Amino acid sequence: MKAVREISCETIIETIRKLFMEANIDLGEDVLSVLGESVKSEDSELGQYVLERIVENARIAKEESVPLCQDTGLAVVFIELGQDVHVIGGNFCDAVHEGVRKAYSDGFLRKSVCDPLSRENTGDNTPAIVHIEVVEGDRIKITAMPKGGGSENMSSCAMLVPSAGLEGIKKYIIESVEKAGPNPCPPTIIGVGIGGSIEQSSILAKKALLRPLGEKNRSDSRLSKLEEEILEEVNRLGIGPQGYGGRITSLAVHIEMMPCHIASLPVAVNLQCHVARHKEAII
Amino acid sequence: MKNIIRINTPLTDKVCDELNAGDMVLLSGEVLTGRDVAHRKLFEAILRGDKLPINLEGETIFYAAPTPPRPGRFIGSVGPTTSYRMDKYSPKLMEMGLKGMIGKGKRSPEVIDAIKRFKVVYFGAIGGVAALTARYVKKSVVAAYDDLGPEAMLRLEVLDFPLVVLNDTKGRDLYEDAAKKYMINLSE
Repeated sequence: MKAVREISCETIIETIRKLFMEANIDLGEDVLSVLGESVKSEDSELGQYVLERIVENARIAKEESVPLCQDTGLAVVFIELGQDVHVIGGNFCDAVHEGVRKAYSDGFLRKSVCDPLSRENTGDNTPAIVHIEVVEGDRIKITAMPKGGGSENMSSCAMLVPSAGLEGIKKYIIESVEKAGPNPCPPTIIGVGIGGSIEQSSILAKKALLRPLGEKNRSDSRLSKLEEEILEEVNRLGIGPQGYGGRITSLAVHIEMMPCHIASLPVAVNLQCHVARHKEAII
Repeated sequence: MKNIIRINTPLTDKVCDELNAGDMVLLSGEVLTGRDVAHRKLFEAILRGDKLPINLEGETIFYAAPTPPRPGRFIGSVGPTTSYRMDKYSPKLMEMGLKGMIGKGKRSPEVIDAIKRFKVVYFGAIGGVAALTARYVKKSVVAAYDDLGPEAMLRLEVLDFPLVVLNDTKGRDLYEDAAKKYMINLSE
């Protein structure tokens, strides 16, 4: 029998603390590189101005160690838990929330979580949204994704009829982007989940946002083609950076897919603003 | 780039009337911050006929809630939140004298109508560039609703804060005009 590997809650807390603080300050090189390229393809002067400010902001945030955006997000955590890991020194989920709590306090990040009805702030940005998947091995992969409310509010899910097919999927995604207009802080990244169930399609759409920016879907050529086509069409809508008009409405379309019920065709669109933040660690 | 217009708060009817959707401005002076809960509270207080914690006459509200400042700083990262969530409350606030709104995103027909009626301007600040935007803030004090924590209303002093006029007193809308201008007809 394979020996289990012990990982302490303390290590989990510290890893999550660091990841959320870092994610809020340091925009990934992949995002910066796509943004840099996008300035060249933008026709609108105001659009270029916006894209240049976005790049400048990323530099300032890193230099001064301050958050890129005042919306430091709802803390979304993806966990790949190796089945040969034994978590010691406390409760695993408590450790995840504690890591978030510490990050938002120590990192001077805004606490943006509240009671849905009274709207009273919980005061420490918890609870986090935690997705756990059990995988092979004796490690834990943790992905910290602070998700802003503006782009999340423009996201949606539809249960299409199977006869809608590829064209129906395309239409739904493009209409979602058009309807969102300037609200989700374009240029956006369009995360799409096709298939599964109502909740699984939404999780797929969010996971799609974690793929390095500029990388196509590698598992299915139908999807990589669809990503390309949708990006081209979305960037003809004219919305442009911040909705001030222009070519660059979106930086990329990332689609993930899984089988679904014979009666269903779930499609989820999770929009991500240009401050596409996520950091990973393996412990 | 178009000419950049320098304006100061408090905004007047004359200044508002002279601005056009699409204009780039550099705004200086005092602005208030306020977002969801502060708006609801102001709105409810107006309906009840209560005295407001701040006088809205001539004020400009920036839909923002900054991050907590790091030690040695007076402001954290700050930037606009999406404005439509304030749409329910904004016409009432304009009725009470509000002259400017700073945010991002589309407004409702009711808000656009009130903007015309009360000679108000709705400005756009770039979303997601909050480390940069903090540099235009020179001073920050709590103005009202301190108990709301991150959503408390602050009085900020800004200097040369770059903004774009989104909706003007003539009823024009930059978002509508810009998308039309840059849209590529798919049948072409």
